[in-house]
Amino acid sequence: MAYTEEELKKELETKEYEYGFYTDIESDTLPVGLNEEIIIAISKKKDEPDWMTQWRLDAYRAWLEMEEPEWANVRYKKPDFQAISYYSAPNKKPKYNSLDEVDPELLETFKKLGISIDEQKKLAGVAVDIVMDSVSVATTFKKTLAEKGIIFCSISEAIQEHPELVKKYMGTVVPKKDNFYAALNSAVFSDGSFCYIPKGVKCPMELSTYFRINQAGTGQFERTLVIADEGSYVSYLEGCTAPSRDENQLHAAVVELIALDNAEIKYSTVQNWFPGDKEGKGGVFNFVTKRGLCEKNAKISWTQVETGSAVTWKYPSCVLKGDNSIGEFYSIAVTNNFQQADTGTKMVHLGKNTKSTIISKGISAGKSQNSYRGLVQINSRADNARNFSQCDSLLMGNECGAHTFPYIEAKNKSAQIEHEATTSKIGEDQIFYCNQRGIDTEKAIALIVNGFSKEVLNKLPMEFAVEAQKLLEISLEGSVG
Amino acid sequence: MDLKDKLISSFMAFENNVDVEHPVHDVRTEAIKNFEKKGFPTKKEEAWKYTSLNSLQKIDFSIFPKEENALEYKDVKKYFLHEIDTYKIVFIDGIYSSYLSETTHDGVDICLMSAALTKPMYQPVIDVYFNKVASKDESLTTLNTAFSREGAYIYIPKNKMPRKPIEILHFATGNEASLMLQPRNLIIVEENAEVQIIERHQSLTGNEVLTNSVTEIFAAENGIVDYYKIQNDAPTASLIDNTYIDQKDKSVVRVHTFSFGGKLTRNNLNFYQNGEYIDSTMKGVTILGDKQHVDHHTLVHHIEPNCESHQDYKGIYGDSSTGVFNGKIIVDKIAQKTNAFQQNNNILVSDKATINTKPQLEIFADDVKCSHGCTIGQLDEDALFYLQTRGIPQKEARALLMYAFANNVLATVRIPELKTRINKLIANKLGVNLGFDL
Repeated sequence: MAYTEEELKKELETKEYEYGFYTDIESDTLPVGLNEEIIIAISKKKDEPDWMTQWRLDAYRAWLEMEEPEWANVRYKKPDFQAISYYSAPNKKPKYNSLDEVDPELLETFKKLGISIDEQKKLAGVAVDIVMDSVSVATTFKKTLAEKGIIFCSISEAIQEHPELVKKYMGTVVPKKDNFYAALNSAVFSDGSFCYIPKGVKCPMELSTYFRINQAGTGQFERTLVIADEGSYVSYLEGCTAPSRDENQLHAAVVELIALDNAEIKYSTVQNWFPGDKEGKGGVFNFVTKRGLCEKNAKISWTQVETGSAVTWKYPSCVLKGDNSIGEFYSIAVTNNFQQADTGTKMVHLGKNTKSTIISKGISAGKSQNSYRGLVQINSRADNARNFSQCDSLLMGNECGAHTFPYIEAKNKSAQIEHEATTSKIGEDQIFYCNQRGIDTEKAIALIVNGFSKEVLNKLPMEFAVEAQKLLEISLEGSVG
Repeated sequence: MDLKDKLISSFMAFENNVDVEHPVHDVRTEAIKNFEKKGFPTKKEEAWKYTSLNSLQKIDFSIFPKEENALEYKDVKKYFLHEIDTYKIVFIDGIYSSYLSETTHDGVDICLMSAALTKPMYQPVIDVYFNKVASKDESLTTLNTAFSREGAYIYIPKNKMPRKPIEILHFATGNEASLMLQPRNLIIVEENAEVQIIERHQSLTGNEVLTNSVTEIFAAENGIVDYYKIQNDAPTASLIDNTYIDQKDKSVVRVHTFSFGGKLTRNNLNFYQNGEYIDSTMKGVTILGDKQHVDHHTLVHHIEPNCESHQDYKGIYGDSSTGVFNGKIIVDKIAQKTNAFQQNNNILVSDKATINTKPQLEIFADDVKCSHGCTIGQLDEDALFYLQTRGIPQKEARALLMYAFANNVLATVRIPELKTRINKLIANKLGVNLGFDL
């Protein structure tokens, strides 16, 4: 492990949600509730062109007709959509040219999050687009990227400056009427990230967005659009945290990835929203629609580490449209206390010789429920499609539950599909072996969980892998009795 | 009039022919109310996502056959397992045929549901077991419960085993243009008792037949039940088969399903393990062609600790056929030390064939070993080539490989003559003469 025992001990002592602080920045918040006026107001605040406003209204009208989905294996009190404020921007929002101009309090927030901008600028070489309460406040490394022709900015900026790209691609992978939460997001999305990698360019650094829900009673509706043009490559990181709050906060994001011919997108998420306290009070509702479209020979790889949120409902998917395209999904979902997760992926094989891999690891502890739900669909024209899926669940304690709902639909005789799933607990002999070697039980479990998750952790970029490893240990702290 | 309305209005006519004072009739009335409320399942329901009953509901089925029809044994001999001596319970168009049957009351009861439901001497057993494990909620099961009158009744007392296997056969003769049958079976195996049962539905004409069957099986401590379902019906026959099994400590129940024919076949196989050290096995071979549709839904509910369940379903799908497999394992919080295994392997041999599979686990206990595996693939080209180099023609080589693929399931068939018979059915279905019996 990358850090010492003392460090771990210290971290474990702070059992409470460590990112649970609240930054006192004046926010510019719209009144609660949702109607066409609010949507027009959001659009106006962001100075959006008319086509965008119409697009939002279209989505809103469709949303009104829809019903909240019930099929997921999660129980929660439905959010009251009229009691949410749909827009909250840090008030003092000048256009920054350098970090010095940024509100020092804001910088302090980032420092607490451990992603201090200046440090990252120097050391990690990561370009970060920080979205706090839905509005992107700082984008670093823009200049370095601009030299390569890479566009990396907030989506509102993209709507102003690159409307042709936004118009062409937004809503093509996740249509605005796709599902209840996607429609809601399409109507009210406040900000998000936009990324365009031109033809043949390999993005020289990892692009990163950090989301954080700050203001009480706000929902976070961000929208991410990543376009990798022919032959390009990009690795994109996304991290999420929220301060502790008693009430449930809603987060309904939409992420669209478009990989054109021969392009590759690697999308990694570490999600650590506030999971609610030990009694299951509060926490974030995370209802996210993520989908990628692969053209010829393209590749999209999703990696996610889910440790937070009271309720997670998330299925990063790949539509393998082009021949020889590849989709991958690597996931670790950890639930503790009263958390509920219903997560998995969809691999839709449309093109010939398409391949997909699904590796999902679920760890449930406390009184939590952890479900894997996946779909592998081979269409009749997808000759020689290949899929391998593996879902393993680890149970800790006898009050939690692990569930698997894999759907497999094959309509082509040349398809080759393998699916396997196992459920088990940590073996007493494994713990005994560690104890024997002088490793205490708590540490032994961390070790075993790490080994269990290795296949997925290995897929994360270095900086993230270390953080994810720590998160796993903190999330499971106290779950062994 | 659609089928639902017709069924509900027929219930009154049905009441004229049964003893409405009997306690069972309260169960029937309750059941028809539930069906009236729920109606036929639609594709919007998760459990019926891949199977539609719409086209069946458009057919004007006769609910009660108008006249009896007799069959000559020589004409239907091939549908019996005639190589060995068996007890036989035979129904023609839903009506019991004493001529073709061989029942007994010698130590064990192998007789009719109609007798069990009406004669006072069976009343204590009916009170304890009838409609106790079958769902009171699932619409098609309650439809059957509402019209339950005839079927097989098998009662094996403590420490007994019938001398020979039991065959349950349902023939449809095509007397009616389209016929709906609703047989209801009750099988009770007491402590240390054992029974082997073979069930078959056979339509003898090209007329439409829809069978909605419910079987309840109770296996007491150390009881052993072997149940074989042979589904090789005519292309105009549809079957909805609901089987509910209640197992007590150390009992063993094995259900084998062989689906080779029929227009639409839906198997709902439900195991409830109400005891410890129980073994439940369900295996199936499905070989389909044309536009056939087979849907296997299995449920194993592990309620108590230290139990096992094994599932192994193989499917080969050709032409425009559709196969569905939905296996669900639930392990309750207290059911520690459960071992549950599920395997589903499929081969698509045609581009128009479809397979939808959903192996599902719901686990609430931590000290368990549960796994499921599912594959969809093709025959191994290398193995095919190897056989061809040994002078085996391609068609036979393919059949041989497919046969080998399905063979795992046959290994646990415990009646040798039945195994031979199924071997022949498979060879026949694959269109080859294997020239040997395995």
